[in-house]
Amino acid sequence: MRVELDEPKCVASGQCVMASPEVFDQREDDGVAILLAEEPGAELLDGVREAVAICPAAAIRLVEK
Amino acid sequence: MRRILVVGASAAGLAAAETLRREGYDGTLTLVGEEAYLPYDRPPLSKQILSGEWNPERLPLRARADLDALDLDLRLGHAATGLDLAGRTVLLADGARLPYDGLIVATGVRPRRLPGEGDAHVLRTLDDALALRDRLGPGRRLVVVGAGFLGAEAAAVARGLGTEVTLLEPAPVPLAHAVGEQVGRVLSRAHLDHGVDLRSGVGVAEVSDTGVRLTDGELVAADEVLVAIGSLPNTEWLEGSGLKVADGLVCDEYSAAAPGVYGAGDVARWHNPLFGTSMRIEHRTNAAEQGVAAARNLLRPDARKPFAPVPYFWSDQYDMKVQAFGHLRGHDEVAVVEGELAARRFVVAYRTGDRLVGALAIGMPPKAIRGWRQAVATGASWHEAVDAPPPSGASPRRT
Repeated sequence: MRVELDEPKCVASGQCVMASPEVFDQREDDGVAILLAEEPGAELLDGVREAVAICPAAAIRLVEK
Repeated sequence: MRRILVVGASAAGLAAAETLRREGYDGTLTLVGEEAYLPYDRPPLSKQILSGEWNPERLPLRARADLDALDLDLRLGHAATGLDLAGRTVLLADGARLPYDGLIVATGVRPRRLPGEGDAHVLRTLDDALALRDRLGPGRRLVVVGAGFLGAEAAAVARGLGTEVTLLEPAPVPLAHAVGEQVGRVLSRAHLDHGVDLRSGVGVAEVSDTGVRLTDGELVAADEVLVAIGSLPNTEWLEGSGLKVADGLVCDEYSAAAPGVYGAGDVARWHNPLFGTSMRIEHRTNAAEQGVAAARNLLRPDARKPFAPVPYFWSDQYDMKVQAFGHLRGHDEVAVVEGELAARRFVVAYRTGDRLVGALAIGMPPKAIRGWRQAVATGASWHEAVDAPPPSGASPRRT
């Protein structure tokens, strides 16, 4: 699975970091999300799916490879 | 459970539908939406859509392929008009009767209007935003009635497009009831700095073809009027159903309104055990979180979890991003705990009773904000959170 982040849509809420801190972080200056792992391991996918669900900008997408 | 019906196809309804599938529900899943559009996002309506920065093609919440993968019975352009609770059936405007085993109510809110306001603009749907966008620009005069977050964002965008903007607000300090007077003044100052004619403490008598008549008789001339005076929950279709409605669909701490019936998003008033109070939240983040929570509790009646979030909202006004956590309404005290109000870089904390109930930040790095959120989530006392060194380690400073 590959994670896609639509950076211009991000509203810097930090919801993804709380749902999946292994895969997401935030830029220090404006809080926009950063992808730490584009192809996270299977053990991290539950957290990523949660981030996709609660992102208030619908800026995260999980794509089946 | 073989038939689940989600009424409302915006952020909360979609989050519920996705969660049901993600958690293994493979029965019939019907998603009913009053608007004809595929589920789309609303916060950009008063921001990137109104400014013209984005085309409407950027608004859908999910790619078509991702929606298709949910295998939905998607019924867009259909309003729900009634609920037969005992018979477990929802009625649609076109006469259809949809039976269900499980129901999620996510019908959202609609704008409040002024009596006799005629063809004044409101801002809730994509069509609303496009209609207003086309009327903004240099040489145009916009009067915004209501300086809440929506009115303030629209005023900021309209000003950025060169529109002459007057912002009318009945309260002495805009947003003071929501975020406190100090922060309300910071936001007011930004309007004035950007050339908005902000008039606080004024009453509106009526909207006419030529502008807005104030209660003191003055006519504020306008080419366009936007009415942004809050919202009303869409619960009329539930009247007589036996479900309790009181400024929203009344739900318990699990977001349940009745056995097998859950509420989510702007329409739902539920008991948030983290704050020990009933609340109804019209913010985008809550819509998604409550949709997820309601879906899980519906699917797992034996393993339900209370819905106890720290509410979050943000607002973009001019070059400021406002971010707030917690339940700020009805707070007893506000204290500046980091930064400077005048510099528009700060964190303020909110106290209710002896508890830290929320924090609001403008222009601060994410890590500074996260610490305060964590303190709210753990139910920290005011003393340990504010009088002791705050989470980021900066020295506390009370005003």
